[in-house]
Amino acid sequence: MSEPVEDLPLEALPLDGWHRARGARMVPFAGYHMPIQYEGIIAEHLWTRTHAGLFDVSHMGQLLISGDGVDEGLEALLPADIKGLGEGRQRYSLLLNEEGGILDDLMVTRRADGLYVVVNGAVKHDDIGHLREHLADEITINHMEDQALLAVQGPEAVAAVARLAPGVEALFFMQAGAFAIDGVPVWISRSGYTGEDGVEISLPAEAAERIATLLCEQPEVKPIGLGARDSLRLEAGLPLYGHDLSPETTPVSADLGFALSKRRREEGGFPGHARIIAERAAGPALKRVGLFVEGRQPVREGGLVVNVEGEPVGHVTSGGFSPSLQAPIAMAYIPTAAAIVGQEVLLEQRGKRIVATVAAMPFVTHRYHRQGAAK
Amino acid sequence: MTYYFTRDHEWISVNATIEDAVATVGITDYAQAQLGDIVFVEVPPVGTIVEKGKEAAVVESVKAASDVYAPVSGEVVEANRALEGEPALVNTAPETDGWFFRLRLTNIAELHGLMDGEAYKTYVAGL
Repeated sequence: MSEPVEDLPLEALPLDGWHRARGARMVPFAGYHMPIQYEGIIAEHLWTRTHAGLFDVSHMGQLLISGDGVDEGLEALLPADIKGLGEGRQRYSLLLNEEGGILDDLMVTRRADGLYVVVNGAVKHDDIGHLREHLADEITINHMEDQALLAVQGPEAVAAVARLAPGVEALFFMQAGAFAIDGVPVWISRSGYTGEDGVEISLPAEAAERIATLLCEQPEVKPIGLGARDSLRLEAGLPLYGHDLSPETTPVSADLGFALSKRRREEGGFPGHARIIAERAAGPALKRVGLFVEGRQPVREGGLVVNVEGEPVGHVTSGGFSPSLQAPIAMAYIPTAAAIVGQEVLLEQRGKRIVATVAAMPFVTHRYHRQGAAK
Repeated sequence: MTYYFTRDHEWISVNATIEDAVATVGITDYAQAQLGDIVFVEVPPVGTIVEKGKEAAVVESVKAASDVYAPVSGEVVEANRALEGEPALVNTAPETDGWFFRLRLTNIAELHGLMDGEAYKTYVAGL
């Protein structure tokens, strides 16, 4: 059997030893040793969908951006309404290049001490360079390398976390605030990357082992690896940067139009505004869609979307086996004309043709705790 | 039955009749543990001529696809149809019910140089 080999100098994250002691298999990811699985991806995936999973996402970049004019400065680099973002409110946004291509996707939250931004681990140093280059000198970018980041996700996640951090249950989806766990100051947002209700906890790295242990002592919570994190986010229809999003994709082609706030669409003033507005009106050439793949064999990233003549017309950017649906699913960029739910498309992987059907995303219904949502 | 093992973590069990040697091929317990949850196995159809060292089967876990190379040359005389409906047999019974295919060997000499069970155990312990 063939196995991929990577030879990069890897760094250890604060919970490295903690993961190994719990039987994790460690793999290289984003320049770090990361836990890919503990007991098995399918078991961990299904546990998270029914109970609560603890994910170590300390590889992600946590930034605190502050100073006079920080709202205007950040609005010049991304299409979100930052000025209208109230304290303790969180928003999804995209760092864009001049052509409207996506440099990264991120979460931004207003805190009393500045804008707290979480970016992808694999591109965090590029992001910081880009921000430093474009933000005025008066604006401070604090890369909080002494902070770890844990996510607790699943229908029982908030009940478990609220036992340690009372008050967390009052947060709605995309709200955040300062709390304490066992006397340690933490920042908790009600958000995540699984489609489930849950929280993300920013905490001092030196307290990470203690707090991870406390969280896993809750009967609902088990540690979950990166493997299940990927299958969970795929079922939730959430794109992964570097795979489903890249500088060659735009917010329109990536079907992330919700990240373009109304005021910003109308006023402009973010990179690629003209192209994005034109693309929004005319429709993109290719669009990100979900696919149900026939049969049982997953079609992976790199698989082609072909027309009846066998010519490539698109490509698969993520694909795998859905543990919840017990079937292969994928995300792909396909011609917009074919991007209709129920439309059949042809895929090609290692010389083999496979039929797929355009699916509505998410594949598995989101269960966020939204403010004002019907129970 | 005599068991042989490869450095690529396949096992081969061969019946004793040298004139008409049929080998059963699968992947080892070590291999299935490394792959994790297996969700799909593609085995070669009966009649396929496979060549030692060439791709013969595909095994897909939740995370990734891996090729299984033919450890010896021969003609496929039987494929394990049970894996179509229950690929997880490779996880639960890799060295028994989770076998992949049976080959009529074309060159018995190819078995020389493969590891026996003890040698394979030592090999895996050193990984």
